[in-house]
Amino acid sequence: MQRSTGLLLATVIGLVATGCGSGEPATPSAGGAKAVTITVACQPARTAPKERQAWDDDVATFMKAHPGVTVKSTDQQPCFDPKTFGPKLAGGQMETVFVVPVTNYNDVIGQGQALDITQYTSSIKNWNDLRADARELVTKDGKVYGVPNVLYGVGLVYNRALFTQAGLDPNNPPKTWAEVREAAKKIAGLGSDYVGYGEYSGGNTGGWHFTQAIYGRGGEVLSADNKTAAFNSPEGKAVLQTLHDMRWVDNSMGNKLLIGWESLMVAMGGGKVGMMLGAPDVVTDVVTKFKGKTADYGITALPEAKASLSGGEAYMINPKATPDEVKAGMEWIDFRFNTVGKGRFDFARGKAIGNPVGVPDNAVYGDSPTGKAIQADRVKNASLPVENYQSYVDSAASIAPKAEPMHAQEIYAVLDVPMSAVLSRKDANIDDLLKDAETKVNNLLAAKG
Amino acid sequence: MGILRRNLTAYGFLCAALFCFAVFAWYPMVREFILSFQKTDLINPPEWVGLENFKGAVQDPAFGEAWLNTVEFTLLALLCGYAVPFVVALVLNELRHARAYLRFVVYLPVMLPPIVAVLLFRWFYDPGPGLFNQILDLVNLPPLAWLDSSSTALISLVIVSTWMNMGSATLIYLAALQNIPSELYEAAELDGAGVFKRIRHVTIPQTRLILLLMLMLQIVATMQVFIEPYMLTGGGPENATVSVAYLMYQFAFSQMNYGQAGALGMMLMIVLLAFAAFQLRTTREDAA
Repeated sequence: MQRSTGLLLATVIGLVATGCGSGEPATPSAGGAKAVTITVACQPARTAPKERQAWDDDVATFMKAHPGVTVKSTDQQPCFDPKTFGPKLAGGQMETVFVVPVTNYNDVIGQGQALDITQYTSSIKNWNDLRADARELVTKDGKVYGVPNVLYGVGLVYNRALFTQAGLDPNNPPKTWAEVREAAKKIAGLGSDYVGYGEYSGGNTGGWHFTQAIYGRGGEVLSADNKTAAFNSPEGKAVLQTLHDMRWVDNSMGNKLLIGWESLMVAMGGGKVGMMLGAPDVVTDVVTKFKGKTADYGITALPEAKASLSGGEAYMINPKATPDEVKAGMEWIDFRFNTVGKGRFDFARGKAIGNPVGVPDNAVYGDSPTGKAIQADRVKNASLPVENYQSYVDSAASIAPKAEPMHAQEIYAVLDVPMSAVLSRKDANIDDLLKDAETKVNNLLAAKG
Repeated sequence: MGILRRNLTAYGFLCAALFCFAVFAWYPMVREFILSFQKTDLINPPEWVGLENFKGAVQDPAFGEAWLNTVEFTLLALLCGYAVPFVVALVLNELRHARAYLRFVVYLPVMLPPIVAVLLFRWFYDPGPGLFNQILDLVNLPPLAWLDSSSTALISLVIVSTWMNMGSATLIYLAALQNIPSELYEAAELDGAGVFKRIRHVTIPQTRLILLLMLMLQIVATMQVFIEPYMLTGGGPENATVSVAYLMYQFAFSQMNYGQAGALGMMLMIVLLAFAAFQLRTTREDAA
């Protein structure tokens, strides 16, 4: 009996002790500077030991240069996960410095989940060299909520090896949708398990790629005042008609619906998909995460592009951070992500540890002096065949970037339906599908006010 | 006082159980109830919005489809998931050999983590090298699109769900069958009853309470279907597999609209509670 009571008491005391755990007390630093501890997201995973070591080295260098600042890294992958974002914020577990993809800017800023850092932007030494449109995306009502970290436009990612196998010229990739169809047919003709052109259809990725395609054709998803749907248009119809014809007339898209980001990336990395819409980071991911052969992949301009959906990410600051933490966090962002030749822009180190250097996967500095310096350094230390991406780089400057529509995720969910319909039903009626989606989006917008 | 002291250990364990239920079941339920009437960013103090979240959920373009799909899935899952395990249990009960082995085989899928089972079926359903189309090919039948057609996607998910969950149901039915006194079957046989008559007049009446209980449990479980559409179809094609639980997930984690997700959760809970209350009442009357 006594033993049981003791066990019970120990359990209770243990539970109480766990609940009463407190944070570490602030201590002054040895140098006398005010001690501050920040947590920063996006440390590379343990499965990438060289990249992780480079990150840790940067942390050590930063802390040495900023006495009193302690940086603690978190390595959650992916850095931004919508499933854990809200709960982490609510539970006080969100890092001081965290990353947010373009798709989620509106939600995070709109819901007050990022701090207004307008008065701290001077901490970023090259702030004015960041592209104006990238800064615009993180600005709301004149207040700045993030430091743009990555920005890119959509292009056409293609498998150069398959082009060669199919008798196509990999140095002359398709420039029109008619040429895409022809190339896709030839690649699909290589065998039953070859797919000429891969496309998404579910998990909101279908709607996302529909938006990429309709922007490219010069169409709109929403009207200028964001009050009504605008995709039931000749451009919207052309997007669906082309996909329908490639799937059912040319039989060049395979017979499997692709749901979620990873599905098409896996297929692309497997080396049997000829082309897909994607930004330059697709090339990096296909090579690094999905085991694609480096030399096989190239990227070119979006066919017939009149505009390009912007992609990318920004670093933001926890709204619960103290002024000292904000200052230290901004200095970290400046050091690690915005210094030519240092941190992520230390391309020489990147090449030495085997990173894929050379993909033009970030135009956040555009052709400003900082942007030019970064690009020159990237080319100088390239470990990938930069010529495979040159046509994308050449065209990027002339294609207008375009932001995602308001309520992007809700609209993408609606647009998944016509995308999956044309890819799964030969008798899909495109006019009806667009009309139905238009009604749904209009109702949704009316409900959102 | 003496009783309290004597049963201290038991109360201790009870407290631990109550603590777990309170933290992991009741508190989230209460929190969800409150959340469904609030607009929250999980940072700033939440704002009371009355029934706005419920209105928003109802006005979502996929709301109607999600409920229809969920009801259809539940009916199909009952048709398969209710009848198949019962029949399997009947067969297992009649077997004289390899009973333990077959019981193990039937229960095996339950031991697989659901995610593994679902990924296994993703390969089975692959329109190219997938197992099911290979089998159809062997018997000279045309391949099916399985998950990639709005007409077959939902039933494909039902098959996955049935396969994953039938082991537990079978074992419960089997336990109920083994509790039926053998004299009843002997008497029925003497009266000239065949297999089907014995099932109809002995087995089903004797297992009626278990059958009703399982009916309720299966409806409650299948109406919350999430992992199958989440992993296999993303709610498509053409929203053919969007379920209420999947839509809740979309509200909360795609659209970060936690209040609207909570409101939809409350609607589902009310429907399930109403059904469970009706079912319990019927069962009680039946038992009486």
